[in-house]
Amino acid sequence: MSTEIKTIFSPALAARFDRLVTLYPLRRSALIPMLLYAQDEVGYLSDQVISEVAARIEITELDVRNVISYYSLMHTAPAGKYHVQVCTNISCMLRGGNELLAHCKERLGIGNKETTPDKLFSLEEVECIGACSWAPAVQVNYDFHENLTPDAMDKVLEGYRTRT
Amino acid sequence: MAYLVSHPDEVKVISYRFGKGATDIDKYLELDGYTAVRKAITLGPEGIIAEMKASNLRGRGGAGFPTGMKWSFVPKQSPKPKYVLVNGDESEPGTCKDRLIFEHDPHSVIEGVIIAGLAIGSKMGFIYLRGEYRYLLKIMEKAIDDAYAKGFLGKKIFGSDLDFDIVSHTGAGAYEVGEESALMESLEGKRGIPRIRPPFPAVVGLYGGPTIINNAETLATVPHIFRIGGAEYAKIGTERNGGTRLFCLSGDVAKPGVYELPMGYNLKKMVYEVGGGIPDGRSLKAVVPGGSSTPVLLPSEIDIGMDFDQVGKAGSMLGSGGVVVLDDTVCMVEFALRTMKFYQHESCGWCIPCREGTDWLKKTLIRVHAGGGVAKDIDNIRYLAQNMLGRTFCPLGDAAAMPTIAFVDKFRKEFEDHLDGKPCPYANLPEPALANA
Repeated sequence: MSTEIKTIFSPALAARFDRLVTLYPLRRSALIPMLLYAQDEVGYLSDQVISEVAARIEITELDVRNVISYYSLMHTAPAGKYHVQVCTNISCMLRGGNELLAHCKERLGIGNKETTPDKLFSLEEVECIGACSWAPAVQVNYDFHENLTPDAMDKVLEGYRTRT
Repeated sequence: MAYLVSHPDEVKVISYRFGKGATDIDKYLELDGYTAVRKAITLGPEGIIAEMKASNLRGRGGAGFPTGMKWSFVPKQSPKPKYVLVNGDESEPGTCKDRLIFEHDPHSVIEGVIIAGLAIGSKMGFIYLRGEYRYLLKIMEKAIDDAYAKGFLGKKIFGSDLDFDIVSHTGAGAYEVGEESALMESLEGKRGIPRIRPPFPAVVGLYGGPTIINNAETLATVPHIFRIGGAEYAKIGTERNGGTRLFCLSGDVAKPGVYELPMGYNLKKMVYEVGGGIPDGRSLKAVVPGGSSTPVLLPSEIDIGMDFDQVGKAGSMLGSGGVVVLDDTVCMVEFALRTMKFYQHESCGWCIPCREGTDWLKKTLIRVHAGGGVAKDIDNIRYLAQNMLGRTFCPLGDAAAMPTIAFVDKFRKEFEDHLDGKPCPYANLPEPALANA
């Protein structure tokens, strides 16, 4: 496939996608992982990503967009380099999830589903992330941070800020 | 990543290898790993299902269907390939147990999938993990690669004439996909919209072939059943509720954590002894016994054994094992609203009673919580929820309606205290308004 398509992905990711479509009884099963891995590399699901994924899966772009709109982890607009996802569902709410979200808004100076002007951080209130016994919890990109307090959250944010 | 806790009352069957480095295949082998599947190969399909039935294992996803019986529904002859599908889309609020299994004992899931495959004559299994669990997907992928390298997966596994392949798969954020038919749709690369049943997945499932779908904890338990024996496993639990399960204690308890306790363990004891009781000298207000979809229990209702039948008799459900503890500072209207906000967000919109019902319930609860409600709203909430029950393709509608009915019935006075412009009685406590409510 990658020999026929002029790929926008890195050679490693393109090779991974060539293999991914062969793993399942139906090619289409590779669609959701492919979109997520593409998003991880490109940053969001751009028109170019959607176009190439549609060609690789051999379905229409409309069909791809229809699937994207269903899944909460898929984004069609750029987010921050570090996407801060604060859980406020019941177990986190009971242990200060709402306060943690308010704290993040204040610290980052942005609201829910917004990105800082330097594009370093974006913030999102999310549903249960499976960290209930270690609440309140936050996911930054795919990394879990648990048993948080506002002070601990500051350290987490600082850690990402200085990583760049 | 996920912290381990322990308590003397725990019976470590599923968690037997937790914290022992069993993600490494050689360590897993040292800890009796892959002995169960070898035993299962010698038993054959009938023997495997007999052992499973003897274990009284019931599905750990929430419904509690007997696993051995589920497997026996798969037709022996099928023109289409059969599949085993692991539901690792753990998303029910209050539930964080499958995470520990994937993190600490990924090979037990592989072993469970192979045994299930042997039981039904399948040659392929899929392990579906929720998209948020990326670090676990990496652990699972490595475990699968290691199992292939040892000849435990692929052609002629364990030197037998049998072939078996496993593919791990990531979701991308969707609670609804934890429902079995939506899970299959998602694995087929589509929106996670439920399918109408019948036909059931055991007959027409993934790619149209007969399919066993089990929760990750259920399949991770399977090798332990063969390790200690089905009858021995059954003895740990109560009648018709074999073995142990991972209970996720969360909320207002002193020692939250995931504890492995025998089925039938007393809920009151779980809250006060295992969980260390309610912190800061506060008192217990309520317990949600099995994830956010299960009807709330009052303190007077928790002196019960935690198995499917006893919690059912108490008017709730054992559900997914997510035990959420609420102290006396919790506003039940806000708690009901947060629960409904979740179901409204997650409803796939396919069935009208669920799509419209969750939206109206959320709007009404927002209004009541904000003090703008009138007396009729309380009855309307109950009436709306009642009319969603049993009227949707999948249980998401029920999952939203059932707890709502219980909140209204058991805490009606608290709803009334919010009416006619009165401020929330709990508003002086720190709880900022919900974003995007």
